[in-house]
Amino acid sequence: MTNLVDTVLILIILTNLMLLGSSRLRTCIFVVAMQGILLGALALLTENSGLTIHLILLPTVIICLKGIIFPFLLFRTLRDLNVQHEVEPFVGYGTSLVLSPLVLVVCIWLGSQLSLPVEAISSLVVPAAFFSIACGLFLIISRKKALTQVLGYLVLENGIYVFGVSIATKQPVLVELGILLDVFVAIFVMGIAIYHINREFDHTDVDRLNKLKG
Amino acid sequence: MHLERIINLLLVIVLSPLIFGIINRTKAIFAGRTGQPLLQSYYDLWKLFNKGAVYSQTTSWVFRLGPIVGLAVVFATATLVPLGRLPAVIAFDGDIILFAYLFGLMRFFTVISALDTGSAFEGMGASREVMFSALAEPAFLIGLAAISAQRHSLSLTGMFTGADTAFGAYILPVQLLVSFSIFIVFLAENSRIPVDDPNTHLELTMIHEVMVLDNSGPDFGFITYSSALKMWLLGAVLVGVLVPSNGNVWIDMSLSVVSIFVLAVLVGIVESSMARLKLLRVPQLLLIANALSILALILVLR
Repeated sequence: MTNLVDTVLILIILTNLMLLGSSRLRTCIFVVAMQGILLGALALLTENSGLTIHLILLPTVIICLKGIIFPFLLFRTLRDLNVQHEVEPFVGYGTSLVLSPLVLVVCIWLGSQLSLPVEAISSLVVPAAFFSIACGLFLIISRKKALTQVLGYLVLENGIYVFGVSIATKQPVLVELGILLDVFVAIFVMGIAIYHINREFDHTDVDRLNKLKG
Repeated sequence: MHLERIINLLLVIVLSPLIFGIINRTKAIFAGRTGQPLLQSYYDLWKLFNKGAVYSQTTSWVFRLGPIVGLAVVFATATLVPLGRLPAVIAFDGDIILFAYLFGLMRFFTVISALDTGSAFEGMGASREVMFSALAEPAFLIGLAAISAQRHSLSLTGMFTGADTAFGAYILPVQLLVSFSIFIVFLAENSRIPVDDPNTHLELTMIHEVMVLDNSGPDFGFITYSSALKMWLLGAVLVGVLVPSNGNVWIDMSLSVVSIFVLAVLVGIVESSMARLKLLRVPQLLLIANALSILALILVLR
C-alpha cells in the first residue's frame, strides 16, 4: 500500500518535472490534467476508514474538476488565444530541469526537519507537497504567458492539497469541497480575464502588462 | 561456475548482431515491408571481413588504430557485464566505473580516428558525439549509482545477480526511473532515433555514422560488430535493472535474452513512430534522463 502511495507521489513529482521542461502550452495543460487525476488517486489511496461517502465523493469530484473540467476550460482559452508556445521564459527549460533536483533535495530536507502532529502515510508526502508548491511558484515567476501562470497557480494548489492529505485526513468533506469550488471559480475567472486581456492587447505576456496605461 | 561465465560471453559474441536484425524487422513490419532477413547483419559482417580495406593517403596510423582498439575495448567491456543470473567473467568492486569509462575509451578512439581523416564533416560528427555523450554519461553513472546504493554492491555482477534482485525486494519507482533514464542513454549511445538516425547517410545532422564514413572493409566490419556488442551490453545493463530474477539460472538467462530482444523491438517501435529530434532539443532529452537518475538516487538515499 505504501509502495502504491509512493508511486503516485513520484508520478506527481514527475509531472512537475515535465511541466518545467516543456514549452508547448497544450502539453502543459495535459500534464496538469494528469496531475489532477493522480491527486484523485491519492485521495482514494489515503482514505482508510472504509467505504464512506467521503471515499467516493472526494476522488470523483477531484478527478472531474482537475482532470476534466479545468483542462477543458484551459484548452478553450488556449484555442481563443492563438498562442501555442511559451516563448523566451525568464528561466530556460534546461536550467529549470537542472535546478529542480536541487530544489527536491531541499524539499526532502525540509520534510525531514518538519515535525507534524500526526504521522504522514509516507515519508515522501511532505517533500512531494513542497516540491509541487515550489514548482507552482517557480512557474508563476519564471514564465511570461498568463496561461502558464494559471497552470502554476493550479500546481501550487495541488501541492497544498497533497500537504493536506498528510496531516488533515479527518477534514470534513464540506471544507474540501469548498476549497475545490474556490479553485474552480478562480480558474473560471482567470480564463475569462486572459481572454479579455488577449482581445484588448493582442498578447498575454504578463511582463508587458505594467506598461499599459488605461 | 566457470561454465556460466563462458556461456555469458559466448551469448554476447554470437547473438549481438541479431539485435540489428530484430530492429530492422520491426521497422519493416511497421512500414508494411517484408524487410531484410533476420540474419542480414551476420551476412554483412561476413561480406565486410572478406573485403580489403582502402585507406586515404591523408590518414595516419591513428585512423587504422581506431576500429581495432574499439573492438578490443568492447570485448574487454563484455567481460564485465552479467546477464540475468549468469555472472560476468570478471567482477570486482567498482567495475561500474570501469564499464562506463571503457565505453568512453572506445568513443575517444572513434573520435580521434574520425578527426585524423581531416574531413570537416567528420569533425562535426565527432564534436556532436562528444557533446551528447558528455551529457549522457552522468545520467548513466548516477542511475547505476542509485541501483548500486539500493542493492548494496559496487560491482555489476553483485548488483544484478545478488540476492536482492528477486521481485519481493523491489522498489518499483526507483527501477522504473533508472530504467527509463538508461533507455534514453541507450538510444543516445547507440545513435538511434530520436537522438540520431542510423539510416541517413550524408546528412548534415548525423552523428555516429558520419564519423565512420572513411572506414571500409574489415575496419568497417569491426566498427559494425563493436556497435552491435555495445548495444547488447548496454541492453544487458538495462535488463539487469528492470527484470527481476526468479532463482533458476537458466530460466533467468533465457528471460534476459528474450528481454534484450523485446528491447530491440521497443527500439524499432520508437524508430517507426518518432522523428529525430532537432539537434538543439537533444541536450534537453538527455537533461531529462539526468533529472530522472538524480531523482532515483535521491529516493534511494532518502
